[in-house]
Amino acid sequence: MSLDLATTRRIAKLARIGLEEHELEATRQKLNGILGWIDQLAEVDVEGVPPMVGTETETLRQREDKVTDGNCRDALLACAPETSGPFYTVPKVVE
Amino acid sequence: MSYVIEGKTGPWEIVVGLEVHAQVISQSKLFSGASTKFGGDPNTQVSLVDAAFPGMLPVINKECVAQAIRTGLGLNAQINLFSRFDRKNYFYADLPQGYQISQFEHPIIGKGSIEIELQSGETRQIGITRLHLEQDAGKLLHDQDPTKSFVDLNRAGVALMEIVSEPDIREPEEAGAYLRKLRQILRYLGTCDGNMEEGSMRADVNVSVRKAGEPFRTRCEIKNVNSIRFVMQAIEVEATRQIEIWENGGEVDQETRLFDPGRGETRTMRSKEDAHDYRYFPDPDLLPLVVEQAWVDELKSKLPELPDAKRARFQKDYGIPSYDAGVLVAEQAVADFYETVAKGRDGKLAASWVIGDLFAALNRTSNTIETSPVSAASLGKMLDLIADGTINGKIAKEVFEDMVETGDSPDAIVERKGLRQVTDTGVIDAAIAAILEKHADKVAEYRGGKDKLFGFFVGQVMKETKGKANPALVNSALKAQLDG
Repeated sequence: MSLDLATTRRIAKLARIGLEEHELEATRQKLNGILGWIDQLAEVDVEGVPPMVGTETETLRQREDKVTDGNCRDALLACAPETSGPFYTVPKVVE
Repeated sequence: MSYVIEGKTGPWEIVVGLEVHAQVISQSKLFSGASTKFGGDPNTQVSLVDAAFPGMLPVINKECVAQAIRTGLGLNAQINLFSRFDRKNYFYADLPQGYQISQFEHPIIGKGSIEIELQSGETRQIGITRLHLEQDAGKLLHDQDPTKSFVDLNRAGVALMEIVSEPDIREPEEAGAYLRKLRQILRYLGTCDGNMEEGSMRADVNVSVRKAGEPFRTRCEIKNVNSIRFVMQAIEVEATRQIEIWENGGEVDQETRLFDPGRGETRTMRSKEDAHDYRYFPDPDLLPLVVEQAWVDELKSKLPELPDAKRARFQKDYGIPSYDAGVLVAEQAVADFYETVAKGRDGKLAASWVIGDLFAALNRTSNTIETSPVSAASLGKMLDLIADGTINGKIAKEVFEDMVETGDSPDAIVERKGLRQVTDTGVIDAAIAAILEKHADKVAEYRGGKDKLFGFFVGQVMKETKGKANPALVNSALKAQLDG
């Protein structure tokens, strides 16, 4: 698998990574290196082997439906770069 | 005659599928222990998991899984004992994780169906493609500041069921009927309150148009329509827009649009340009969700009676017509009320009092069935008073109005106002004798062949007895005295 420049630009945009035009080619080569390495996995014959979903053999742990968390607004907002009153704030996004 | 929109080039069919997001009724969120209560102080019902702090791990709420299974059972759908959670990646300020935990490849519920009924009385099956569990996003407030949007994460992480229909809907009325029926089933099951105003049920509408017999053409998705009426309007508006494009030689782009009810138009959502590139992958924090058939069976055995079954039973047990049964089962509280009134009594009479007098009184006094000033037990008691001859049907209306006003029991009202029906033939005979004497001229006319005057005499006798005489006794006694 090999990425072209347009795909590299698109992936960067989707991941919200700001890339300058002159950085694109180098990024493309790095990503292709990673993809090439990962592609080695394709050499293994996995015909008829179910996909592995985790290393644990247990099933998903489930909790009871009880309110046990929350009510920590001050602590949460203290970590935010911008707040106003009880809210987080972000640059205006409106349709 | 099926529904079509007339274009310049002839009639067009519409093809509609609905994706409904239904907020699951639960105490705490899908993957965290924060409260789901509506209307809390901003950002107070948020845990570190919901705010996506590094290293926090999601743990699934068993009740949310149960609610999804109950809903699947209510939609006659396949329950998948194996399902899995995936990450749906996108950036938006209401989604702190940068991805929504959803179910893409392996949803918990597979194919099912809903029977809808149209105004014509005709019924249709609308297929359900799937139902999956996912997290809700937070809420953005745009009107608090000129340059900032405010973020409230109380809703972030609340469990949603996304219920996807097949593209089986062919007219706006069917879309409305589908949403009403789905909401009714969810409410009966107690899995979602179906409140579209508060946003606990929202619809995305997929619309395309085609000429009869054609395969499907490109569809557009109209996001987050928040009332049944708007869904029906949006379908018509969007279909008309697409027909215009096709007829002018254009090509409809597959895109996400917004419905603006004020302007009666849909418009494209720029922010969703990359929306179809979600880069789903299995969530490495969550093992597959495996449920036991025994648990599904247990949940099934405890399901409440659903509207279709209840309607059929009401028709059979209480001898009421299909239409009345439909009205009575529309809301579970009304159905319960009716059943309390009707049980062991005349089912038709009970239906006519509930649908007629009770509904009118609730309307007039701005009450709902839950806040009804007349309890089901009282209304039942009043029917007993009619049945045992204590009061007649006419007096019952008066008693009922008093019940609405005072909340008193019907027997207390009958005693207080002295409304007990007169069945003493002596009293009735005396009243008749007085009336016949007073209207001797009319008696002569009657005997001369003017039969229609009989009603006049009945009316006068009832008036003389203040409406309390037993009408059957008055009729027979009057007939005997006039004709005898």
